[in-house]
Amino acid sequence: MKLLVNFSKKAGQKPIIAQVVKDTGVLINVERAIIDSSEGEALIDIPDESCKIIKEKLASLGATVRVLEHGIILDETECVDCGACVSVCPHEVFYFDDQWAIRVREGRCVLCGRCMDACPHHALYHKDEF
Amino acid sequence: MKKSIDLINERVRDGNARVVTADAMPGIVAELGEDEALREVDVVTTGTFGAMCSSGAFFNFGHAEPPIRMERIWLNDVEAYGGLAAVDTYIGATQQSTTREDQYGGAHVIEDFIAGKSVELRAMSRGTDCYPRRTITTDLLLEHLNQAIMCNPRNAYQRYNAAINTTDRVLHTYMGMLLPNSGNITFSGAGVLNPLSNDPKLRMIGSGVPIFIGGAQGMVVGEGTQNSPAGGFGTLMVTGNMKEMSPDFVRAATMQGYGVTLYLGVGIPIPVIDLDVVRSTAVRDEDIAVDLLDYGIPSRNRPVIRKVNYAELRSGAVEINGEEIRTSSLSSYRKAKGVAELLKSWVEQGKMALVLPTRPISPETRVKPMHESVLGPRVLDIMDKRVVSVGETEEIRAAAQKLLKGETNHLPVINSNGLLVGIVTTYDISKAVANPGKATLVRDIMKKKVVTTTQDEPVDIAVQKLERHNISAMPVVDQDMHVVAMLTAINLGKLIGGRWLK
Repeated sequence: MKLLVNFSKKAGQKPIIAQVVKDTGVLINVERAIIDSSEGEALIDIPDESCKIIKEKLASLGATVRVLEHGIILDETECVDCGACVSVCPHEVFYFDDQWAIRVREGRCVLCGRCMDACPHHALYHKDEF
Repeated sequence: MKKSIDLINERVRDGNARVVTADAMPGIVAELGEDEALREVDVVTTGTFGAMCSSGAFFNFGHAEPPIRMERIWLNDVEAYGGLAAVDTYIGATQQSTTREDQYGGAHVIEDFIAGKSVELRAMSRGTDCYPRRTITTDLLLEHLNQAIMCNPRNAYQRYNAAINTTDRVLHTYMGMLLPNSGNITFSGAGVLNPLSNDPKLRMIGSGVPIFIGGAQGMVVGEGTQNSPAGGFGTLMVTGNMKEMSPDFVRAATMQGYGVTLYLGVGIPIPVIDLDVVRSTAVRDEDIAVDLLDYGIPSRNRPVIRKVNYAELRSGAVEINGEEIRTSSLSSYRKAKGVAELLKSWVEQGKMALVLPTRPISPETRVKPMHESVLGPRVLDIMDKRVVSVGETEEIRAAAQKLLKGETNHLPVINSNGLLVGIVTTYDISKAVANPGKATLVRDIMKKKVVTTTQDEPVDIAVQKLERHNISAMPVVDQDMHVVAMLTAINLGKLIGGRWLK
């Protein structure tokens, strides 16, 4: 399961994610992060069963947490199944099925947005702002 | 053994013709042998679906009351050609909107018309005795036009070179997004299904041959522009009635950072009249090789990294120096197959008769580069040959004095052998003076990574470097890194009003 974590100004100075890992013993995979000196956002991947404890711990340390519901979404009416998205994706979200139609492994997506730029047909979009 | 076109058409009429898509042909020939395949198969259908930039359409709007001879024409703010009088025009697929830039263009106008959407026509004229009207604005549907004839100068490329990028930045090209450091490979074309790859000698494909175009029945006009079948890069000029087309096979697109283009489905039925046709239609993806070109080099002659074939490209990854580089197709194989399948059903149902070319296209043609009677400006033409440089072991103060005396903002830094090792700017020196620290020598504050140009480099390429690195000057160096001149933003002013822009 993926969580979007926002650090406020104050919390940004503390090693929150490291603290959560230390306190809970749950291994957190940071998939994307934009953090500067005062604030930041991170997309983390955690085991589903640890969701509650991680969310509570992050919240208690001053971060706001939101479950990432959707990865990138493919608009099948616009997509022509070219495959421009396939090689630009750093997480191998896109692949061809045996009919040469594009399929999406949404769970792998970290919403980096690169495929949206690469798609000639504006067939890729996402619901969650990051 | 040979089969006449009449025999094949008789079978088509009777509903007895054996029609196969081109991707099935290699297997059939392998299984039955060439002679039996010739007896068995009557027609091979091909198909391709991808970006075909050199596309467009002729429109006739009918006459207004009072009538106008349109001289400047826009369709949904996309300019169309106004030199055809009086209510004719040609819209090109890559022409961009004056209001929505690369998000809307000629290709979108064509797609919108075909999808049944309304398109706004605006036109202007100076007015004549016979055509007094000066302006017109009206909303049009495709059905309102007398003719909407798609006519594409260069479609259905036989094959296309694949692209890679060895630079350290992302490139946005007509070959799509190319990741830095050879991060991916892009390619285009349907390989085994491609029409011209199934008839590279152009024996069955030529003027007058019926085709599938955008979901309609059209025909080959003749050779396409830039046609180069002798080098394996044949193209076709094709036409079809837009009123019979389907948005399933005509799709506008935007290649980010490049612009608007049109994705189009084109397919050609090939009558199997002799063993040569059997052999040419038995072509496989493995047999069709292209060059993998480095798009990091902004030249007509891009370096070839290696040869690749369509089987490798379609496999998802190509190996380069022991590393697997992932590939992206920019054209749709699924749609290409859809074109070939639909065309197959047309022939099977007797909806399309087979025709031999009424005028052949020469397979010997080879494309030529542009003849340039005047070479474009090179760095040599505008560079400043007065070079004020500073030694790396000189004091910062000495550099400051040179900047003042030389009336420049950029000082190339040279070592004891006179070779370029760094650059300092007024900014670097001001910073060093404002925050005095340990730095006392030029080499302590210089930037070691210097962007340079050469005397022979075209000015447009040098300007791209300045823009990309957000700098206003760079040293002009020779092969050994001696600084021979400087190129600054001020030098570029020489182009304006000078002989280059006349």
